[in-house]
Amino acid sequence: MSDIATRPAPSLLASPMVRFGLILVAILLAIAIGVRLDPTNTLYAIFVDPFQQMVQAPDLLAQTVWEGLVSGVLYALIALGFVLIFKASGVFNFAQGIMVVFAALTLVGLYEKGVPAFLAVIITLGVMFALAVTIERVVLRPLVNQPDIILFMATFGITYFLIGFGEALFGGNPKQMIADQLWLPRGAIDLKILGGLVTLQKIDIAAAVIASLMILLLALFFQYTRIGRALRAVADSHKAALSVGISLNQIWVIVWFTAGIVALITGIMWGARSDVSFALEIVALKALPVLILGGFTSIPGAIVGGLIIGIGEKIGEFYWGPLVGGGIESWLAYFIALAFLLFRPQGLFGDKIIERI
Amino acid sequence: MSTATLEKPAATAPAADTILALNNIEVIYDHVVLVLKGVSLTVPRKGIVAILGANGAGKTTTLKAISNLLKAERGEVTKGSIVFDGERVDRMSPSELVRRGCIQVMEGRHCFGHLSIEENLLTGAFTRRDGNAAIKRDLEKIYETFPRLKQRRSSQAGYTSGGEQQMCAIGRAMMSKPKMILLDEPSMGLAPQIVEEIFEIVRRLNAEDGVSFLVAEQNTNMALRYATYGYIMETGRVVMDGEAAMLRENEDVKEFYLGVAEGNKKSFREVKSYKRRKRWLS
Repeated sequence: MSDIATRPAPSLLASPMVRFGLILVAILLAIAIGVRLDPTNTLYAIFVDPFQQMVQAPDLLAQTVWEGLVSGVLYALIALGFVLIFKASGVFNFAQGIMVVFAALTLVGLYEKGVPAFLAVIITLGVMFALAVTIERVVLRPLVNQPDIILFMATFGITYFLIGFGEALFGGNPKQMIADQLWLPRGAIDLKILGGLVTLQKIDIAAAVIASLMILLLALFFQYTRIGRALRAVADSHKAALSVGISLNQIWVIVWFTAGIVALITGIMWGARSDVSFALEIVALKALPVLILGGFTSIPGAIVGGLIIGIGEKIGEFYWGPLVGGGIESWLAYFIALAFLLFRPQGLFGDKIIERI
Repeated sequence: MSTATLEKPAATAPAADTILALNNIEVIYDHVVLVLKGVSLTVPRKGIVAILGANGAGKTTTLKAISNLLKAERGEVTKGSIVFDGERVDRMSPSELVRRGCIQVMEGRHCFGHLSIEENLLTGAFTRRDGNAAIKRDLEKIYETFPRLKQRRSSQAGYTSGGEQQMCAIGRAMMSKPKMILLDEPSMGLAPQIVEEIFEIVRRLNAEDGVSFLVAEQNTNMALRYATYGYIMETGRVVMDGEAAMLRENEDVKEFYLGVAEGNKKSFREVKSYKRRKRWLS
């Protein structure tokens, strides 16, 4: 490998192992100082007390991690919608969040108009397909070859259109997700483990399982099917994909439809845990730190990033939140992402840029 | 101006054994920049034809006009006609053209860097509808033609050598079962032996599978050894064409493109105008 020989010798600090080692040493040092100081000290409260709590009450830790895991899986699912579209069309789709709301609203709205629940799911899928075709025809095709920022702005347009359109059709009031009608479980399971009681909501378990299945299905689809291969080819090079006869228009419709399916499933799951309203869109923006963490181009990155953000913010809120009066859940995700950016700008699993010179 | 290129009657009425005929095409980029100023050429069925010329002569644009990859670069064929296999194709999308058997291998190879070699080859079969068994069979055939690709079938294409990438790009094009391949600058950035190997493969695919080739090349020497007919382009026009053997012997071609002038050297400018005049007036 000639390129290794020509690479400049890396400085000691550039090695991630050394860097993480240094950080670890710094943390340990801080803890050591914290312990020697009295328990009312701030350092003690930050570096020692939370960990003591974790060890003393493992059941609470397990509960927190579980809750983080569930929201993490859902974040991952939303991030996946972003990654799909970003990979295939190079567009950062700001409208992904509103697509979640729109899909859920359509589903509930159809049910309210008397359509049976499962038929409503199928019709909603049809609506998402129609949306994908419309976006490809009306927005993407005329803007092809324009700078990325213009396409990004166009997705803002899609967002506001969908907000207005959704409101006009189904009204702006929060709605109940039709969880029972879709055979989603209710209630909770109490586990007596770790010397305490850990409560698992059944809907959370269902959400985690379904989201995981969805992610697995998408990964298989991408890896082993003809269309999946074409999607990855388009993600790699639009021009080369065109030259071998892959129709970009067709691929865009498929990708936006897939993102629509992901949006519907996210909408159902998230809607069942809270309710269906336009506020869900804000939740979808949590996918941004997930993407920064995982890399915009990586599906495994979206999953792991989602889990890290989900678990990280729940643990942060529960153990460190009280120190600053709580409410850190809303910004901690961005903070974690920022910390990651310092060390890996391409994200945890972002594509390395392969280039021959 | 463009009348000079109209002298070939074959271009206006393609014969039955012509697979591709360009008639006086004009290409404009971005609605302003006139790049091709009336290019006509024909490729006989199962022939190898070379387009030669320096940088910026319009070789790549000509190929892209045929495969219609121009549209993705805001270029447009504004005049003239392109007939492939007896059908007007000027307005056809690249994927329709690939389905009809005309595929381009772009300059600089453009393999899918993050896909394995085998996946790269399989994307070439995207437009095919004849089932997995046939595709598998053709994949094995490609591996026979390119044993090196078989060795590297599971490596990411981005990490393979330039020669392997060029083979991968040609193999990928072959997977679409083409009647004709538009090969753009296959020698770019490759060692002379590899270039030779690539051209031998072109000859083999031409002889064994009956694929027609239109090759744009700067390596005039190599291209004229393998092609049967050549067109020489300069600033968006065909300035000379003829049988490859004839071009190889032509004094001007020797001087400018083969670098083997005989006798007293004329200045660049002088010969150029002489050559132009000769063509415009004849």
